[in-house]
Amino acid sequence: MAGLRVLVGVKRVIDYAVKTQGVKHSLNPFCEIALEEGVRLRERGAAAEVVAVSVGTRVCQETLRTALALGADRGVLVEVGEGAAVGPREAAAALAGLAGRLRPHLVLLGKQAIDDDCNQTGQLLAAMLDWPQGTFASRVEPEGEWVRVQREVDGGLETLRLRLPAVLTADLRLNEPRYATLPNIMKAKKKPLEVVAASEFLGGGSPPAPPRLRVLKLEEPPPRGGGQRVDDVPALLERLRASGCI
Amino acid sequence: MALRRVLGLGGALGRRSCCSKRPLPPDFVEALRAVVGGPNVSTAMAVCEQHGHDESMHACAPPDAVVWPQAVGQVQELAALCYRCRVPMVPFGTGTGLEGGVNAVQGGVCFDLSRMDAIAELSLEDFSVTVEPGVTRKALNSHLRGTGLWFPVDPGADASLCGMAATGASGTNAVRYGTMRPNVLNLRVVLPDGRLLHTAGPGRQARWAPEGLGCARWGGHVGAHSLPPCRKRAAGYDLTSLFVGSEGTLGFLTQATLRLHPLPEATATTTATFPSVRAAVSCTVQVLQAAVPVARIEFLDEVMVGACSRFSGLELPVAATLLLELHGSQHGLAEQQRQAEEIVRLNGGSSLAWAEEPEERGRLWAMRHSAWYAALALRPGCQGYSTDVCVPISRLPNVVVETKRDLQDSGLTGPMVGHVGDGNFHCLLIFNAQDPAEAQRVHAFAQRLGRRALAAGGTCTGEHGVGLGKRALLLEELGQEGLDTLRRIKAALDPHNLMNPGKVL
Repeated sequence: MAGLRVLVGVKRVIDYAVKTQGVKHSLNPFCEIALEEGVRLRERGAAAEVVAVSVGTRVCQETLRTALALGADRGVLVEVGEGAAVGPREAAAALAGLAGRLRPHLVLLGKQAIDDDCNQTGQLLAAMLDWPQGTFASRVEPEGEWVRVQREVDGGLETLRLRLPAVLTADLRLNEPRYATLPNIMKAKKKPLEVVAASEFLGGGSPPAPPRLRVLKLEEPPPRGGGQRVDDVPALLERLRASGCI
Repeated sequence: MALRRVLGLGGALGRRSCCSKRPLPPDFVEALRAVVGGPNVSTAMAVCEQHGHDESMHACAPPDAVVWPQAVGQVQELAALCYRCRVPMVPFGTGTGLEGGVNAVQGGVCFDLSRMDAIAELSLEDFSVTVEPGVTRKALNSHLRGTGLWFPVDPGADASLCGMAATGASGTNAVRYGTMRPNVLNLRVVLPDGRLLHTAGPGRQARWAPEGLGCARWGGHVGAHSLPPCRKRAAGYDLTSLFVGSEGTLGFLTQATLRLHPLPEATATTTATFPSVRAAVSCTVQVLQAAVPVARIEFLDEVMVGACSRFSGLELPVAATLLLELHGSQHGLAEQQRQAEEIVRLNGGSSLAWAEEPEERGRLWAMRHSAWYAALALRPGCQGYSTDVCVPISRLPNVVVETKRDLQDSGLTGPMVGHVGDGNFHCLLIFNAQDPAEAQRVHAFAQRLGRRALAAGGTCTGEHGVGLGKRALLLEELGQEGLDTLRRIKAALDPHNLMNPGKVL
């Protein structure tokens, strides 16, 4: 079955290279890998359309424009109100609602976001849709009504064959994403970008309930203290005893 | 020991530098601390030694102190202080140079500028960006991801961009995108006495923010607002060009405004093997004469290909090889590929297998960029010395073939690798520093090669700089008048010879 419709989730995160001042956001690197895989499927003729989706506030439109410049055909923003918490449950619920409307054959997500490192959205989404899931994918090969997925697991590589529609999450070695070129950035400005209110998917019917996680505290680890020199081994043992290490 | 003999070799390669090391004046280190703070000054032996050498084989010459300024104002104060007390100053970026440029042969203070790492004034419409010395070329390209622009000068190492400006660096992309010189639009220089100079003019410090005047809003990051640099200027002597390639002998490059380029839409890379070195190099000349806008064209002789294959785990045929990369639009690329294939065939080259995915291209270029380490791996425990001559394209085939014969006659291990598109190639000489006879043969070979290049109308250093080792050859290349003019300019800007003494002149 050529002509698959592929839905790719893209998240706007704090750029991995940023220091503390001038907070720069960019497309989550694992989402970029997922998007690259979707675009390559289309270039190979296995997919007909790649739709990029983001769940967040209006500023996520920038992230979607980047996704369009990287090869997505159209973008959808599921817009939440300012200050609304969007964790994996909310994102999965929104994507599940959108999948019900767009009816993709394949959903490609990054395995995790680099800001919260949750690694949950793909799995939650598959459960909500009752679709098969292939997480930590390092190789994706569509085979008609199935998709063969190679996963990176602790013991090595595992290969699964999943019936479509399915949810896959991309791991680091799936591919090396392309860079957006100027002509593509300009073309992206004209590609369709639709904004949908999150309340359509997160209001009636399916979850989520109010957020279950509350951030109590966020702090840096304590700065490293200076080292101390001692003159000989007995002095070292003395110090270790005094500090309660032995 | 081995290091001292290597220093002897370094001395023979150029006029022996005056290694007079006057001790620092009393209370000087305290005065340094007063400017930048205690944690940003170090006189520890390990720190000084780390700052006294680069990737070359020149013996480590540690400074007396290392300082880490955080802002240009501090650089100015420190420079003024050193100037008053007549203490030598050595700028330090990433320490990835190849000519001993950071070796503090007269001691003094090493200014490690890596903590000044702001990227500012990114203008997507004007294709320019401003960077401080702590920004390396990979960090800049990473920052530019998503803008459709890149900075193409690529010397292999992940070097500081201001350091690349200071050495006039080049790399594999120079044949299409140019070296540092045409890609540096403006420099903010701290002169030896602490004064601040903008080589293409200041007055771009206006801190107002008109919307849409070349300020970058991509991804929510807003750069400092100033007037973007213009493309052409005929206003006064070209100071920017003077400081590019000055190797830290005229001032500190504390900020560079760089010209960015659009990313190519499509890229394809391939290797091509040839029956002889001459065939490979002639093919290069013909590709350039046919005006194929090749982006990178690199030559590796059979020794280099063998070493790189083993080192990187690829299995390439062991023969004279060209590594070609083409950039263009989808249609333009197909045409370039056809042209290249035809010329390669005419020169007896193998058929071409184009790599277009980033992963495959990345593997090929990683293989090429690890050439230095692959060469060192040929004879573990030995030192390496890289020659860097550059000759006009028309003379390249003869010079390369003669050099190869000279290598074989001298019995030296010297895999050859080069940016043949610019007429520039390197012999990576791997020799046992404990063996004075071999060291002498290396020295003699390098001298002959330098002279061969000069006789062919070329230069003794295409991209690495003069540094410590090529000063004698510089005299032969420029002549007495040329060198005297350089000395007069140096004396005008640095009358007490405090900026990186012992280098270039």
